[in-house]
Amino acid sequence: MLIKENPYGGVAQFTTLDNILHFLRTNPVSKKVMDWGRTSSLWPMTFGLACCAIEMICTACSRYDLDRMGIIFRPSPRQSDVMVVAGTMTKKIAPTVKRLYDQMAEPRWVIAQGGCASAGGPYNTYAVVQGTERVIPVDVFIPGCPPRPDALVFGFLQLQEKIRKEQPEIFTQRGLAPVSHGEK
Amino acid sequence: MVKSSKELFIQRLRERFGTALLDAVGFRDELTCTVRKDSIVEVCRFVKEDPAFDMKFLSDILGVDYPDEVPRFEVIYHLLSITKRTRLRLKIRVEDGESVPTVTGVWKSANWHEREVYDMFGIVFTGHPNLKRIYLPDDWEGFPLRKDYPLRGYKDDYNPYGEEKE
Repeated sequence: MLIKENPYGGVAQFTTLDNILHFLRTNPVSKKVMDWGRTSSLWPMTFGLACCAIEMICTACSRYDLDRMGIIFRPSPRQSDVMVVAGTMTKKIAPTVKRLYDQMAEPRWVIAQGGCASAGGPYNTYAVVQGTERVIPVDVFIPGCPPRPDALVFGFLQLQEKIRKEQPEIFTQRGLAPVSHGEK
Repeated sequence: MVKSSKELFIQRLRERFGTALLDAVGFRDELTCTVRKDSIVEVCRFVKEDPAFDMKFLSDILGVDYPDEVPRFEVIYHLLSITKRTRLRLKIRVEDGESVPTVTGVWKSANWHEREVYDMFGIVFTGHPNLKRIYLPDDWEGFPLRKDYPLRGYKDDYNPYGEEKE
């Protein structure tokens, strides 16, 4: 268990950072607050690979306005929570995508936008990676070629629902190591 | 008028280069001249400087692979005269393993076009200032637009549907 022995007796629960985090994660009210914070401030990385990126830009602009959902594009992987793989991933860009993903701080999520990012799309050729799953783990797949902005918004809503249902502390409660997304 | 400029082009090229001009085909308003590989730089310089041609703009350089023919490859130069509004196509034939003299000394824009042809077909351009891959990663093996290269590439972590590498 994460709760360590308290040298000052059992009264003070908030003596170490581990104890505080454990309390926040297991307490149903504070977990709701933390999840609400995460889902309402999904910051994707400004990062596009092909024509799907045009739809992504369009989604962020005034007509569909992702800002109203707290989704604000950030120009750095260090400040981002979500990577939207928007478009055809070639074998040349794949190591860079992996590197950008590694540079993002956890918790982090990935949306594969469009047929190419999901499974290679029409490009079953020598130069194209056959799906983002072959490089980094993906949370939400959005079909379409390219998906309309509505579809991307729906993908973000699905991701928010997924985050609300996530229970990362369940691994430590059951004595399992947390899943590391860094190894592949 | 178009027809006469085509005949004029063939006549002037034949006067200047004689037997180095192997073939000249005119179809509709397109003129295609096949020249000897060694004289391609001279021909290019001539059609650029000569006032009758005035081909100041190099549109494109491309390669073609004819796997059953000898010589195997064809390198094609698409030229445009902006002042005369005429186009000219020059062709040379290259055998596998042979090299082609570069035309970067005539048009600077040939730099990237020749790198593309090298990247896709493996045709080496001698005298090129920076002959390395332009589209594919530097560590790529093989030349994908050759007809003996599998369409789906070779099997690796990124593509499980490719051919097995022998």
